[in-house]
Amino acid sequence: MLFYSFFKTQVGQQVTVELKNDLAIQGVLESVDQFLNIKLRDIHVVDAERYPHMLSIKNCFIRGSVVRYVQLLPSTVDTALLQDAARREAQSTQQMSQTKAAAVQA
Amino acid sequence: PYIDRKVLVVMNDGRVIVGTLCGLDQTTNIIVRGCQERVFSEDEGVEVVDLGLYLVRGDNISVVGLVDEEADAAIDLASTTAAPLLPVRH
Repeated sequence: MLFYSFFKTQVGQQVTVELKNDLAIQGVLESVDQFLNIKLRDIHVVDAERYPHMLSIKNCFIRGSVVRYVQLLPSTVDTALLQDAARREAQSTQQMSQTKAAAVQA
Repeated sequence: PYIDRKVLVVMNDGRVIVGTLCGLDQTTNIIVRGCQERVFSEDEGVEVVDLGLYLVRGDNISVVGLVDEEADAAIDLASTTAAPLLPVRH
């Protein structure tokens, strides 16, 4: 849920999504969902449009499972806040798995 | 918002399908009507008209793009050459 919340703060920003089939698509982040599926608008394909397949596409939906990277502008990201939130999330997941293990044993 | 519009679907094996989006669900399984596959190679124009109605399982989908009909009409497929899209590697 953490990164879902994080991406929600990035809505409206220009991002570049690199997919697992090496396709890279640049566009404005329109929305994101719990599976980290991404919707981009006003897209254009990076890399000299070696991939003309998308010439007539302005808006697209990208399945979360095929995203390799999402490239963002560092100026739009508060890394300290993100690190902090991630640390807290990691701790709480650790605690949850410990209490679950204890419950299972009992 | 893509329902009943012309969409371009990129699949995990690198294939590209164009058709009218009739339905979808939580796992992005989709129904595409009147779909045609676009095969790219060093010499294009090869369009295989597949089943009139296709159900594509969400597992296999990479991208669903909304086709701008004007822009699409402007593309001359017969003269477009490109390398085929790579399949997805996890």
